[in-house]
Amino acid sequence: MGLTLEKLLIEIDGFSIAGDLTVATGRRVALIGPSGAGKSTLAAAIAGFIAPARGRILWEGRDITALPPGDRPLTLLFQDHNLFPHMSVADNVALGLRPSLRLSAAEGARVDRVLDRVGLAGQGAKRPGALSGGQQSRAALARVLLRDRPLLLLDEPFAALGPALKAEMLALVEEIATEAGLTVLMITHDPADAERLAQETILVADGRAAPPVATGDLFADPPPALRAYLG
Amino acid sequence: MARRAQPLSPALALGWGAAALLLALTLGTILAVAWRAEAAARLGAADWAAIRFTAWQALLSAAISVALAIPAARALARRRFRGRGVLITLLGAPFILPVIVAVLGLLAVFGRAGLVSGLIAPLGLGPLSIYGLQGVVLANVFFNLPLATRLILQGWHAIPAEHFRLAAQLGMGPAEIARHLERPMLRAVVPGAFAAIFLICITSFAVALTLGGGPRATTVELAIYQAFRFDFDLGRAALLALVQFGLCAIAAAAALIVAVPVAFGAGLDRTVQRWDAGGRAYRWGDAALLTLVAGFLLLPLAMVAAGGLAALPGLPASVFEAALRSLAVALASTALTLGLGIALASAIVRLRDRPRRAGFLEAVGYLSIAASPMVIGTGLFILLFPVADPVALALPVTALVNAAMSLPFALRALIPAIRDVSETYGRLSESLGIGGWTRFRLVTLPRIRRPLGFAAGLSAALSMGDLGVIALFADPDQATLPLQLYRLMAAYRMEDATGAALLLLCLSLALFWIFDRGGRVGTDT
Repeated sequence: MGLTLEKLLIEIDGFSIAGDLTVATGRRVALIGPSGAGKSTLAAAIAGFIAPARGRILWEGRDITALPPGDRPLTLLFQDHNLFPHMSVADNVALGLRPSLRLSAAEGARVDRVLDRVGLAGQGAKRPGALSGGQQSRAALARVLLRDRPLLLLDEPFAALGPALKAEMLALVEEIATEAGLTVLMITHDPADAERLAQETILVADGRAAPPVATGDLFADPPPALRAYLG
Repeated sequence: MARRAQPLSPALALGWGAAALLLALTLGTILAVAWRAEAAARLGAADWAAIRFTAWQALLSAAISVALAIPAARALARRRFRGRGVLITLLGAPFILPVIVAVLGLLAVFGRAGLVSGLIAPLGLGPLSIYGLQGVVLANVFFNLPLATRLILQGWHAIPAEHFRLAAQLGMGPAEIARHLERPMLRAVVPGAFAAIFLICITSFAVALTLGGGPRATTVELAIYQAFRFDFDLGRAALLALVQFGLCAIAAAAALIVAVPVAFGAGLDRTVQRWDAGGRAYRWGDAALLTLVAGFLLLPLAMVAAGGLAALPGLPASVFEAALRSLAVALASTALTLGLGIALASAIVRLRDRPRRAGFLEAVGYLSIAASPMVIGTGLFILLFPVADPVALALPVTALVNAAMSLPFALRALIPAIRDVSETYGRLSESLGIGGWTRFRLVTLPRIRRPLGFAAGLSAALSMGDLGVIALFADPDQATLPLQLYRLMAAYRMEDATGAALLLLCLSLALFWIFDRGGRVGTDT
């Protein structure tokens, strides 16, 4: 079951991307392909920001194509602006629990626990601007834990980090995903990211998202489109 | 692209509601006026004289303002000196300055018993008189020379710095730079500045009320007031209101055609390095010009401050009562402006997929730029008269009309800010399920505090200093501070008037400062 794109077609201003595939529950899957191929568009459609022209999106067999973004069983981490700069880190994380920010004492304690879990203990009162780039990513991941949605979409949220920090974040994602049993869909343009985190990889090229293939197999014997991209 | 059906959300409904209120206030009052004007007599000779005077003083004021603003802006653009930033800020100040305070200051400098008359008396000249056309134009230039200078300075800043570098390398002097760089810019910018000032001067009321009057110096706006207040000839007032609406519509159409530049551009503090005009004559010429402009703006205010300080303790209680009334009107008007502005701006941003509807809402919001307060006031009076006592509603009506008049400036600050929040944090908010009132409270409001504070400051100061509709409606017990000040002037109690003017000046500037500051404090991001 997991996530199914059923004869999905997205069209924006003459650009189109199609997909007909399933990602099994609990898998970590990379989406790789040249820039402009439609990886982010695909993620935006799954998250509910773009209505598809045709086809359906299903989670565990349930049609979620028409659900508003906030009601979908997923959390999307964007490339940037994952945190509101005018709110404290704790408030930013607590939004994942209650968008109104009116928390009970028990809920406040949960916020502290997830901050602790991602290594931000004692940082909750700060504004995001006072944190480093890596710490900001950790705060966004803490919110993923609180939101407790089964699917995690990563639209290159760590692209601005250096290689060592990025590896650290991918390791944290792997830990969190394993603990919480999350299905992960990660957009990347770096084959090393895919090999590090993803058991399977979806190639997005030429207006189409191919069904997932085991990551090792894919890079061992790349199809022509991937070979052209890898160079 | 497939589009999810958009139900009429509460936010959109509020936006359309605000637009309906504004349409009723601007166009609805015109309909009321037109209905009442049917039975009226034809325009008399005095009315035609008012129409001619209105156009003539507006033309003269715009021409003189722009003609002086061009060299002033050039001097500001090519000189770097201590106090340049302060001077540019000062050029923005007349916008929130109560008209009647400036008039009093101008009288103290250029009037019969003023500073200049005293200086030239030993030479056997004078005394000067600034009642009539020359006074009206002088006051209009006082308000609009700074505006024109800022608008044209923006044009200078829009010329890329690289062009001046290239010109210097090619050995161009001031004359060549003027021909190749500056004149093409001026051709694009000056018509817009001229049209904007012409439009502002067409609706000149407080200036004409205090410095004009009589058969030779009455604007249409003033004639409406007189027909209404002295003759209580509603029919003629209505007919004149229609004429005024026509004049405004023509001026606004002209302004639209030449594309009026935005008055609050950013980056005026920047200086562009110049290599020309370094000669002593040029430098002294620029310095003298800027000193004159600064003196022209500051001297009248300094006279009010100096004269008013002594009179302040002895002011009659009626002045302080009027000040309290004005504060209440200003605060109510500010709340209305912000409410209308946020409702309209939010709806406009939400309707980004429907550019026609968004454009319509935006146009309605800016409609009052071309509306005349006297026309709105006359219309409201006609509408209210059968159902309520308009005099009893003088203060609420003033607050409402003031709110409508400052709305365009609020929208200019709020629409880009709300659009920016929506573009940057819209998806994040949606993905977290933050919507409706929660989203406004947690996300939008904290992120638009600066422009909101600025809009509130403008709106409060404009309302505080406004002498318009209130003159039409109020009886003596209900005067606002500007109206009370006018009454003191009309009774030749100049000392009390100057004290009241200082009080009004301080209150207007304080309101602007507090709101603008309130929007900045604590916004570290």
